[in-house]
Amino acid sequence: MSSSTVSLFAESDASIREWMHTARSPSSSALPLDRRGFLKLAGAGLALGFYLPGGARADSETPQAAGAASQSPAMNAFVRVAPDNTVTVYSKAPEIGQGIKTALGLIIAEEMDADWSRTVVEQAPIDAKVYGYQGAGGSTTIPRAWDQLRQAGAAAKAMLIAAAAQQWGVNPAEITTRDSVLTHAASGKSATYGSLAAAAAKLPAPDAATLKLKTRGQYRLLGRRFRGVDDAKIVCGQPLFGIDVRLPGMVYASFTKCPAAGGKVKSANLDEIKAQPGVIDAFVVEGNGRLTEVMPGVAIIARNTWAAFEVQDKLNVVWDESGASRDSSSELAARAKQYAAGPFPAPDRDVGNVERAFASAAKIVDAYYEYPFVAHANMEPQNATAWWHDGVMELWAPTQQPNRGLSQVAALLGLPEDKVVVHQTRVGNGFGRRLINDYMCEAAAIARRVKGPVKLQWSREDDFAHDFLRPAGYHQFKGAIDPQGRLDAWQEHFITFTADGKNPAAGADYSRFLAYSCKAPNLRRGLTLMDLKTPTGPWRAPGDNAQVFAQQGFMHELALAAGRDHVEFLIDAVRREVPELAPKSKDVNFDPERAVGVIKLCAEKTGWGKSLPKGRGLGLAWCYSHAGHAAQAVELSVDANKRITIHRVVVAVDVGQVVELAGAESQAQGACVDAFSMALAQQINIENGRVREHNFGAYPILRIPFAPAAVEVYFVESDFPPTGMGEPALPAMAPAIANAIFAATGERLRAMPFSRFGYRV
Amino acid sequence: MITLQINGQSHTVDAPDDMPLLWVLRDMIGLTGAKYGCGIGRCGACTVHLDGKAEHSCMVSVGSVGKRAVTTIEAIGDTPTGAKVQQAWVDAKVAQCGYCQAGQIMTATALLNHTPNPNDADIDAAMAGALCRCGTYVRLRQAIKNAAK
Ligand code: FES
Ligand code: FES
Repeated sequence: MSSSTVSLFAESDASIREWMHTARSPSSSALPLDRRGFLKLAGAGLALGFYLPGGARADSETPQAAGAASQSPAMNAFVRVAPDNTVTVYSKAPEIGQGIKTALGLIIAEEMDADWSRTVVEQAPIDAKVYGYQGAGGSTTIPRAWDQLRQAGAAAKAMLIAAAAQQWGVNPAEITTRDSVLTHAASGKSATYGSLAAAAAKLPAPDAATLKLKTRGQYRLLGRRFRGVDDAKIVCGQPLFGIDVRLPGMVYASFTKCPAAGGKVKSANLDEIKAQPGVIDAFVVEGNGRLTEVMPGVAIIARNTWAAFEVQDKLNVVWDESGASRDSSSELAARAKQYAAGPFPAPDRDVGNVERAFASAAKIVDAYYEYPFVAHANMEPQNATAWWHDGVMELWAPTQQPNRGLSQVAALLGLPEDKVVVHQTRVGNGFGRRLINDYMCEAAAIARRVKGPVKLQWSREDDFAHDFLRPAGYHQFKGAIDPQGRLDAWQEHFITFTADGKNPAAGADYSRFLAYSCKAPNLRRGLTLMDLKTPTGPWRAPGDNAQVFAQQGFMHELALAAGRDHVEFLIDAVRREVPELAPKSKDVNFDPERAVGVIKLCAEKTGWGKSLPKGRGLGLAWCYSHAGHAAQAVELSVDANKRITIHRVVVAVDVGQVVELAGAESQAQGACVDAFSMALAQQINIENGRVREHNFGAYPILRIPFAPAAVEVYFVESDFPPTGMGEPALPAMAPAIANAIFAATGERLRAMPFSRFGYRV
Repeated sequence: MITLQINGQSHTVDAPDDMPLLWVLRDMIGLTGAKYGCGIGRCGACTVHLDGKAEHSCMVSVGSVGKRAVTTIEAIGDTPTGAKVQQAWVDAKVAQCGYCQAGQIMTATALLNHTPNPNDADIDAAMAGALCRCGTYVRLRQAIKNAAK
């Protein structure tokens, strides 16, 4: 049970919770369209005019990649129009592979009636005062930016129309726009946006209330498939990522921390290290004791990355592990099982009367579900480049939370925030790991002691050792089916972790999305918290990525116990009116009929109910996750050696208006592969506080021969405003596979990874 | 001093013999297209061509390159197959984060140079070493087939 000892990590854990809350809040952060809040930068160069020696402009991705940024007239902080009619729009959020740069650009261009073929999307400077929140997490970027960007596009269009009306002496209401051209039909006049940009930029920004935004039927861009705006650069290997940053005179750093979280440096063989070839310097960084910022370690400054890595092997640090983690994942799993067998804890949720339901039940089902710790294993190992010069800390970072990183670095170094400049680079995927800016803070702390720019690069081994893991979890379920075959009671004892002795650790709390979609008229839930010092955090679809596996697997068991068709049973349960479980806030868009919509669409496209050859199984699951409703079905076969072959994957999703279809499909395909990979074979083991898996050899990520050859993705057409696609298509995949394996073999998989039962590909 | 032939140009670098080619390319020459993913030959992000053969540059010591021509993602578009593969990648919208894609493209180009009309088994065999953490395999396979047409 939770102890009341004050955890070493209480503070960092609280800070993770704080940003998880921020990242999850679905509210739009539309800025007021007045001159104060909505920066209008006529001609003056957008916000940060930061120049590198040699004149290269450095406000866009990596400095060597930054072209001559547009100096053409600005309509507002999001839109510039050049005399040659090229429109430049600014993407305010990190591109982590979710396709946001293309999607945000399209939203602005749509409202503006810009010619997409002549629209350039650039990364916006990091400045919360101008752009509001600029993070990417919790699939919230699109819903948060939706109103703001539509207003920015519409405002730019209104200013161009006003300029044309003035010049032509006509009524602005009679001017139409299309593909960056303004037309006044009655007089036969027409002009490009570019020819009027300078005049338009001098006009006052319109009042947001006067802007008429388009309706769904008027869209010419949204909902269609477009290429990625940076794809041409990606396929040519252009420098876009944090790891690609190169600055004149730059040196390279590695940073070695205690393999058990919380350890401190006692001593290190610094003199010996400094004498190694390629090494420039080596020093101890004390850090501020926060896992999410800078923990104690040894920085090695070298002439290249390889030297910085190689010398790590020669480094001998004596660690003070008195306050460090001694966690053991196998011991925690064993303890969880004991708690599950013990008394039910004081419930934190008690709806109806489960005891009465159990007493009158036609069937009672008990089951214990569990899943392990998993790593993010971002393809691009953590890195950041920092340069301390002229009283300014300038950083280039592949982060999911640049605004927060900026504030953290300022506080860490005792600098005012305007003395910290952050350049957002492309990110070699995020999955939640880069919501935490530890590597960025470390780079800043190291750069403070180095002359000239320094790139901190974590090795793959560092990256595995110092992740913020998806926490393991353990669920003891008891369910009741009433005499009519309906779900009547749901009792769940969730055994999870705490870092502060009071609250669930980051990423270890009950999914708030499941709280709406898991419905039984009698429902009781209770938590047991086990102390954990190993850092945890959000992993793609936090909470849901594993809890939906447990919940949807158990729902399948209940449907079978009830003798009902699985799909029919799911629909019956989600339609059940349980007022206590209904969302209280209108910001929560959970809708039972949208859930039914995706379940039905998925079942229909899969051919639910069809007879399958022997050895084949069809499984289905659904979830409401991160404001999206999604259902997945998997058809697979299992051979005598428990080798799984996936024949078909069908995904049905309702995320409201689809912004860019090819990217949305991509997210669903990637999520299915990611979830299969995780469910099949991924597991992080911790012993004596140390992560045992150090590289891809011990931590398998699915490879192409074993990935599904196709993933069919269907979107429900609807007028709901768009929500994000990074997460909703992930959680239901693992239970769909497990349910299909049950259908094929009769073996119920109540734990991930499935490889522990001998399953493989 | 070691002299290398990279993308048709001669480069002389002051690097120890055992330094991996990957880091010579990235940190000394300034060609950052080849990516670091694992450093142990398990992910393929660092793939370059040595005399047309796909190799993990993290596993090739710079001293062992000798006279072999090094081709990187930055110049693969100058070859007919490389250009076709790059175009197919953009048209199929393969990339998500894009980090692994230089390695994927270099591997796929070597495959097509050797096997102009690969079947699924050929694709599996050639591409199995190239990890994609974003899970772009569905489109990647399609793009290879499109490029082969
Ligand atoms: S970095 Fe070379 S194979 Fe992974
Ligand atoms: S596209 Fe992101 S790792 Fe492959």
